[in-house]
Amino acid sequence: MSVQVVVREEVRDVFQQVAIEQGMQIAALSDDLPLLDLGLDSLCFAIIVARLESVLGVDPFSANESAPFPVTLGEFVRYYENAVQ
Amino acid sequence: MRTPSSSFSSLRDALEAGGIPPAGCFVGAQNRIAFGDLLRGSAIATDRENLRGRSVLIASTDPFLTALALVELDGLARRMILLPPDLALEHLPYVMSCAEVDTVVSDGSRLAGLSHGAAEHALCANSLVPRGPASHERLPTEWILLTSGTTGRPKLVLHTLASLAGAIDVSASPADVIWGTFYDIRRYGGLQIYLRAVLTRSSLLIPAPKEPLADFLTRVGAAGVTHISGTPSHWRRVLMSPEADRIAPGYIRLSGEIADQAILSSLRSFYANAKISHAFATTEAGVAFDVRDGLSGFPVSALTDTPGVELQVVDATLRVRSSRTAQRYLGENAPVLKDAEGFVNTGDVLELRDGRYHFQGRCDGVINVGGLKVHPEEVEAVLNAHPQVRLSLVKTKKNPITGALVVADVLLKTPSLPEGDQTRELHHALRQFCRESLPPHKVPSSIRFVPTIEVSETGKLVRRHA
Repeated sequence: MSVQVVVREEVRDVFQQVAIEQGMQIAALSDDLPLLDLGLDSLCFAIIVARLESVLGVDPFSANESAPFPVTLGEFVRYYENAVQ
Repeated sequence: MRTPSSSFSSLRDALEAGGIPPAGCFVGAQNRIAFGDLLRGSAIATDRENLRGRSVLIASTDPFLTALALVELDGLARRMILLPPDLALEHLPYVMSCAEVDTVVSDGSRLAGLSHGAAEHALCANSLVPRGPASHERLPTEWILLTSGTTGRPKLVLHTLASLAGAIDVSASPADVIWGTFYDIRRYGGLQIYLRAVLTRSSLLIPAPKEPLADFLTRVGAAGVTHISGTPSHWRRVLMSPEADRIAPGYIRLSGEIADQAILSSLRSFYANAKISHAFATTEAGVAFDVRDGLSGFPVSALTDTPGVELQVVDATLRVRSSRTAQRYLGENAPVLKDAEGFVNTGDVLELRDGRYHFQGRCDGVINVGGLKVHPEEVEAVLNAHPQVRLSLVKTKKNPITGALVVADVLLKTPSLPEGDQTRELHHALRQFCRESLPPHKVPSSIRFVPTIEVSETGKLVRRHA
């Protein structure tokens, strides 16, 4: 599997996992979906970023001081793809 | 250094200053109330004499009502207790007895079904009751703010209008300022913005309970808010929002958490026209200083060059003495808030790097999750109550979204460490167990099962900070 596919699947898995843990239903995960429309709060995002750091070994939010924050799910995935490569 | 604000003996005096009706207003999600109308009417449906000299708990669901009630009560009540939105109601009797509450002002829903004991109850609503001008007799009302304590029971912190407003220079306020804040105004950070608005007679946009960020940003943009404040976590969420470009503030203020370089730089590039400052303030120590150079941490010169505030670094921990600190904690056997010399030990650990001090965490291990404090002892007590847990150690883990997350090391009663599915199930069970008695930000986001937990010779957990 390419790096892109791995990252994408891990990101989806972790979003689903955290949503279930917090007792939330999240919408179908399409690339143009704004992250905040998922209905997850800051704490959920913080946990997602921490989990992704442990499975992918990167935290682009901390590593990258100048890149703009991702707004859509697609941008979020690319944020991680760029960090993994 | 005294700033002009400390000369106001009450919020009402501040609004009446200047002689002409003030132009500003409070703007909620559903309501807007002009300061001029607040001077001629009251949101509290009881005779003013029933409130004079009382110790009043303000317990509304919507902070908009708190904004109205504070104007009515300041200078009239003996004491105002601002109930924050997340206080567990089991602590309410303690708060009421500690603060000698004899009057409860609420919207009728927040404390529905709960006993107020012998306290009288007055309704607070968005519709103003007309009343004549207040008499000139003013009481020096005490302002009581709640902060989290080690055991989950809140600590009651006593301020006055003068100590709360000590950092606000009303003479320097330019015209046409409109304030907004992502904070709840019932906590220190939000209250600072509330007071900046009232004391300078500028409008303030107040978020409604659980108002979606997109809605609030849309309101902020439409109202033309010029000055806006929030925690670094609030701001990260703003920058992840498609509505981030709806607002065009001229001034952005961050406080309540460590502002890292990433959020400062991101705000700088997204809101190129805004002045950005991050402030160090705590409920106990008050506003200590602002940093305006766009860099994280603060220059060493801030220790000596901050007018009106004395700052010391003792054992790598920041101590503050100024007229802006709180007076004391309320209650029997309350901890000491200031030392004999009047310094407040903030408990914030500093490290000196390249001529700047950087915040490293807390000497008491307190974890700051998006501006909300978590005492490790409270979480450990819950974990240790689980039948399979022998001992736990709760720690902070740095996080780029909320600043920090709560994590835990757990020593199980079983001699061997769990494996595979067993680990996952136990992890899930422990988090579920925590969720039953703790708010979400206090539940460990990850749990590690460990073979030992270090205990000192005095029998205490060994905590490593910073």
